[in-house]
Amino acid sequence: MGVAHDCGQSIPLDASLARSRLPGLGPEQRSFRVKKKALIALVGLAVVSALTACSSPGGSGGSTPAATDKPQSQADKPSNCDNKILYPSATRVSLWGWSPTLPVAVDAFDKAHKDVQICWTNAGAGSAEYQKFSTAIAAGKGAPDVIMLETDHLNSFLIKDALVNLSDYGADKWKSDFSAGTLKDISSNGGIYAIPDDGGPVALMYRKDIFDQYGLTVPKTWAEYAADADKLKSAGGPAIGDWPNDTPAFAQAMFAQAGADTFDYNINQKTSLGVDIDNAASRKVLDYWDGLVQKGEVVTTGQSSTDFVSELSSGKLATFIAASWEPGHLTGAGFTRGPGSPWRVAMLPQWNADSPVQVNWGGSTYAVTTQSKVPHAASEVAMELFGHENQQTLGAHFPQHVKVQKASWFVNAEDPFFGGQKANKEVWIPTADAYKGQSYSPFQDYYYQQVTAMLTKTTSGAESSKAGLSKLQSTIASYAKAQGFTVKTK
Amino acid sequence: MTGTGSYTVARPSSPRATTAARGKSTRPKSIGWLFVAPFGLVFLVFLVAPLVYAFWLSLFSKGLATGTTFSGIGNYVKAFTDTEFLGGLLFVVVFSVVLIPLQMLVSLAAALVLDAVTTKLARFSRLMIFVPYAIPAVIGALMWGFLYSPGFGPLAQLFGLFHASAPNLLGSHEVFGALLNVVTWQWSGYYMIIIYAALQGIDSSLYEAARIDGAGPWQIALRIKVPLVASALVLILVFALIGTLQFFTEPQVLAPSSNGAITPSFTPNMYAYNLAFANSQINYASAISFALGLVVFIGVYIFLFATRKKGRIV
Repeated sequence: MGVAHDCGQSIPLDASLARSRLPGLGPEQRSFRVKKKALIALVGLAVVSALTACSSPGGSGGSTPAATDKPQSQADKPSNCDNKILYPSATRVSLWGWSPTLPVAVDAFDKAHKDVQICWTNAGAGSAEYQKFSTAIAAGKGAPDVIMLETDHLNSFLIKDALVNLSDYGADKWKSDFSAGTLKDISSNGGIYAIPDDGGPVALMYRKDIFDQYGLTVPKTWAEYAADADKLKSAGGPAIGDWPNDTPAFAQAMFAQAGADTFDYNINQKTSLGVDIDNAASRKVLDYWDGLVQKGEVVTTGQSSTDFVSELSSGKLATFIAASWEPGHLTGAGFTRGPGSPWRVAMLPQWNADSPVQVNWGGSTYAVTTQSKVPHAASEVAMELFGHENQQTLGAHFPQHVKVQKASWFVNAEDPFFGGQKANKEVWIPTADAYKGQSYSPFQDYYYQQVTAMLTKTTSGAESSKAGLSKLQSTIASYAKAQGFTVKTK
Repeated sequence: MTGTGSYTVARPSSPRATTAARGKSTRPKSIGWLFVAPFGLVFLVFLVAPLVYAFWLSLFSKGLATGTTFSGIGNYVKAFTDTEFLGGLLFVVVFSVVLIPLQMLVSLAAALVLDAVTTKLARFSRLMIFVPYAIPAVIGALMWGFLYSPGFGPLAQLFGLFHASAPNLLGSHEVFGALLNVVTWQWSGYYMIIIYAALQGIDSSLYEAARIDGAGPWQIALRIKVPLVASALVLILVFALIGTLQFFTEPQVLAPSSNGAITPSFTPNMYAYNLAFANSQINYASAISFALGLVVFIGVYIFLFATRKKGRIV
């Protein structure tokens, strides 16, 4: 099927503009963060196109997405858009998303597509949006055509038959645009179900001033990290880091780095789920952090509390294990930027320096819902929205499109958050390159709730890592059984 | 003219006949329905219909990997053996047992003082005690979240003066007291006004008689005022019991700041909410809601029955 590019003009790059990180970025990838954005009423039922072929100058004729959708009547066009519709007669595609650069990307898309216009609504960030989407799925109507989802939640919606297989709409030709790890995250049973815009390679943010003051070396392994923690503690310095209960996606990334392969799920076998929670790798991670907590070298501040940001900015923490979107999230929260910034970033410490493992935490994608009555146009939106990423649409994100990762303006960018360090080149790009992908459960929110429940017990010492993980394993297994899954324990 | 005349004439002569005539004519009856209609319609559409629908939903079950099946009372059996639901229920019951006497004591004391003192300061204090009730619960909870913050709230500054670090009031062990404080602060003013209004309705000649018999101010307060406002106290108790068993807003708002201490099943209402909207288990969530409703109904019924027997009030 000839989808994608035919109708779209490529969005002009404005290289003269410096790579600007937008201030006050929202709490993107962390579903468990507080959602402060005003909740916007559900946009009406999405729907359908009246357009024939690409009548726009951007289209080069031939088979176009809008042409193969059923005509969209005027009444079916979504209204109450947060953006301005440039071409009112075009097929209108509704979109939910909270990415801070969405307004820029949506306007650029609308400008370049006379036959398809995006009607964007911010329906809340992370779980606030997922709850609305789930409700719309249960109701059978009310979902948008295109929706922003984090990779760890894709399976949770796939099982509800809520997402369209984009490979049927020409997504396969974008395969070469993504790394193998990213492809694993967005695919199921060989089909692509979402197009990613940003990822969350995980690295070690550290305070250079504190490291200098206490004569610490940047740790390359977790053993070195623990040694630095001891050194800081005995010299009366601040805590080396944070091990929160309320950020299960982070804990999950740490489990994965140590070698845990928690879930095995494929929509090919919808009702079958592999669960391996109580494993040696996860126990090692819990024991390691709980040991540091018990020695008083690591704090346990919840990362969705405002206290955490204040601890970070006031030098109470020497390091912060964070994903690439974190600096954007912290911008505007009292952090110095430019040459005066005390923060630097380094590769994530390893369990085994000889065979490093890199992980991902968060990352957003765009998927087409099965409720969409204009799936062709919607697929075009999902694929093209961030298909031509530039400095403005990127903001403070780490792009998943490999060609953007290779663009020299991106590779050589100096990040003011890290005092002008070439963070992309030195840390984020190599981390993303080495990421192998992860598999997630079809009920990720429930899993995360239970991980948090376990961490409140194991971190406080009320329960051993062994007891906590084995309890979590049985909780998840019995939940899965009650939901109708056949559970395979590895 | 004639019709009206005969009607008015007929009325005083034979009231029984009039009643019979009214019974035959449907007009006055239908007018009655018309008056009730605006309320009745809203009541049916927004309360009765959703309740019936939710009950209907609660009789089915649906797993993520299975279709919807009729399960009868299966969800209810599951609810009353579900440790998360029972744990939440235990929490709200214990919370009620501690909170309600505390709240009543605070509001009764405030009302008695304000009733005895009649200066401008008293009127100002009355307003100030009432103000927390006027603050929306969400805003109140957010505000307390800030006040409790060990990192940058006033506690941090206070403890900083003594070079100590502030306690985490939203930790697993402290959260009970923290919530107790928020709810007492929010509702005591409202209950105080109810008691105060009841106190104002007492005939002051009673006080005069008591004083002549040699009663002091303490005796007047405890032996005359308190027994006479007992019916107001029972009313407050019922309000507080229903409200606390359905505890939701404050823990829900404070949960993100609690680092996991406030779990998704912290109270039965939070559990139902999370089941329905986070975990897509709408059928089971309906059953949890009805199970909670049943517990509240039984609790309040037992309470009203007990108080009726003892004090012959209400």
